[in-house]
Amino acid sequence: MRDLHLTLNQTQRVRLQAALDKLESLAAPTAAAAASVTVADTIPVNHEDNILKGHGTSELDGEVVATLCGVVERVNKLVYVRALRSRYKPEVGDIIVGRVIEIAPKRWRLEINFCQDAVLMLSSMNLPDGIQRRRTAVDELNMRSIFVENDVICAEVRGFQHDGSLHLQARSQKYGKLEKGQLLTVAAYLIKRRKQHFHHLEEFNVDLILGCNGFIWIGQHTETNNITNISDDNNINNISDEFMELETRRNICRIANAVRLLAVLGLTLTLEAVLETVKASVDADVAIGEMLGAEFYVMTVEREAERRASVSRKKGY
Amino acid sequence: MKISRRKIATKILRKARIIPRESSTIDLQNIESIGTKGRIKTLVEPIPKKNPCRTHSKNPDSRSLLLASFKIMEYVNPLTGLRIDGRRPNEMRHLKGEVGVISKADGSALFEMGNTRVIAAVYGPREVQNKGQQLNNEALVRCEYSMANFSTGDRTRKPKGDRRSTEISLVIRQTMEACILTNLMPRSQIDIFVQVLQADGGTRSACINAATLALADAGIPMRDIITSCAAGYLCATPLLDLNYAEDSAGGPDVTVGLLGKMDKITLLQMDAKLQLDTFEDVMQLAVEGCKAIAQYIREILLENTKQLESRRG
Repeated sequence: MRDLHLTLNQTQRVRLQAALDKLESLAAPTAAAAASVTVADTIPVNHEDNILKGHGTSELDGEVVATLCGVVERVNKLVYVRALRSRYKPEVGDIIVGRVIEIAPKRWRLEINFCQDAVLMLSSMNLPDGIQRRRTAVDELNMRSIFVENDVICAEVRGFQHDGSLHLQARSQKYGKLEKGQLLTVAAYLIKRRKQHFHHLEEFNVDLILGCNGFIWIGQHTETNNITNISDDNNINNISDEFMELETRRNICRIANAVRLLAVLGLTLTLEAVLETVKASVDADVAIGEMLGAEFYVMTVEREAERRASVSRKKGY
Repeated sequence: MKISRRKIATKILRKARIIPRESSTIDLQNIESIGTKGRIKTLVEPIPKKNPCRTHSKNPDSRSLLLASFKIMEYVNPLTGLRIDGRRPNEMRHLKGEVGVISKADGSALFEMGNTRVIAAVYGPREVQNKGQQLNNEALVRCEYSMANFSTGDRTRKPKGDRRSTEISLVIRQTMEACILTNLMPRSQIDIFVQVLQADGGTRSACINAATLALADAGIPMRDIITSCAAGYLCATPLLDLNYAEDSAGGPDVTVGLLGKMDKITLLQMDAKLQLDTFEDVMQLAVEGCKAIAQYIREILLENTKQLESRRG
């Protein structure tokens, strides 16, 4: 695998191989494996229909040829190639997590996993005092008091600029600066677009935000009401919140390791998958540090193979 | 007493048993330089008229002399037709490719051709770091070639920045730029870093092959799979995929970069001189080698895609 270089002993190697074979055999019947293409492969297309050539395809000598390595998808008359490990492909309304790189006149530039940096305008951001008003020059000079370089921010995609870069907005209470937690980067294709990207895990007192761009935030739970307090109250709150409980910190690390493990294995990241991995690690009494070790790795693969087998059995009925 | 250079040369050559003892003094016109103290550094002749693999001709004709050192290497064994590492003249070295070796990079690959091992990493498309170089309608492709200190026999001192590295970086950049669809990613930058871990001849070709694998792994749209292979001409036979010993023999070395499906050549380089009809044979052999590598690369990429897709569920 890409990230972890594990030393497996003989039994673990055998178990791992068996579990991986089982995973592959379960996936083989689906049509997806058959539709994989590499660069410059011809895509089988019925030439009588007026096929629309979408992303990842091009025309060569009258044939439709792939320009990416990926899976061919057909939707009515549209044929396109979905690449797996490419950069994030943004759509309007996506929830993303990014890191501030630069403060420019009236805007912040954020790094998200995209071809270009995204732009968060000062006017797309709530002011600290909560009043809706025109941004003045003083506000522009005080931008640094809102976000500084290397801050982690949660925002929503508002649209595309004329040069192709993204425009973000963070006007709602749930968006804004993220503190007291960890940021993880995974490949963008592992996170599917769902209705909910903000998850509050009560039993751990942890917030989990799955950004569509592959950046995942795991942090201590913050009440969204607190953000609109007046500045004095904010200071008092900040001082009292300095200390995070040990238990919360442990939970954050455990969830983060579960996410890392699933990302390394290449399994789709959903809330259920993460929670099940965490539960399995607690049940098996695996220490947080050992979650990225050989034994739990093999156990997770076996568990996933079991889960997929049971799902396919249910479908069979 | 002035002894002519000609007589000294003849004496030295006779002592080294390169020319038969009975021959008369040789004609010095074609001999470029002679070392001192009985050691002959190089005797250079423009075009070998006779087979340089024979030890010495019975005919003391000076123009048949072509030597690199005291010993003369038989790059192709006249009896068995095998090369010094046991390959046939049209046989390539063992290929091995692996994708996804550097976790932090967007795309990465490790490619081996025999003992030549090369690692490539691709970052991109990402924001252009130097705003002055930003192109409004296409992506900027940057490439850097370096050799690890430990890659050659002697520890090299300057891994990059010397002329050869700059030249090869430029060559790889132009080759890859020809096949990346840069107009789909305007105002962005694609960085290709290639490093040679073990050098045994054909590093340029191995770098291009590794870069292709890494770009495909990163999901960057390309026109076609571009592969590269080198061929040479020693002992009157075209040889495919020269290793370091054959490369340093001083014979011609033709490197070809080919777009597999479209059958178009994007890179053609040659050292030394070659006659035109022989050149066509050698180039054709290199093109065949490129096609074989393209087949192998396709298999690796297809396997990788299938594996990722099946894991994803």
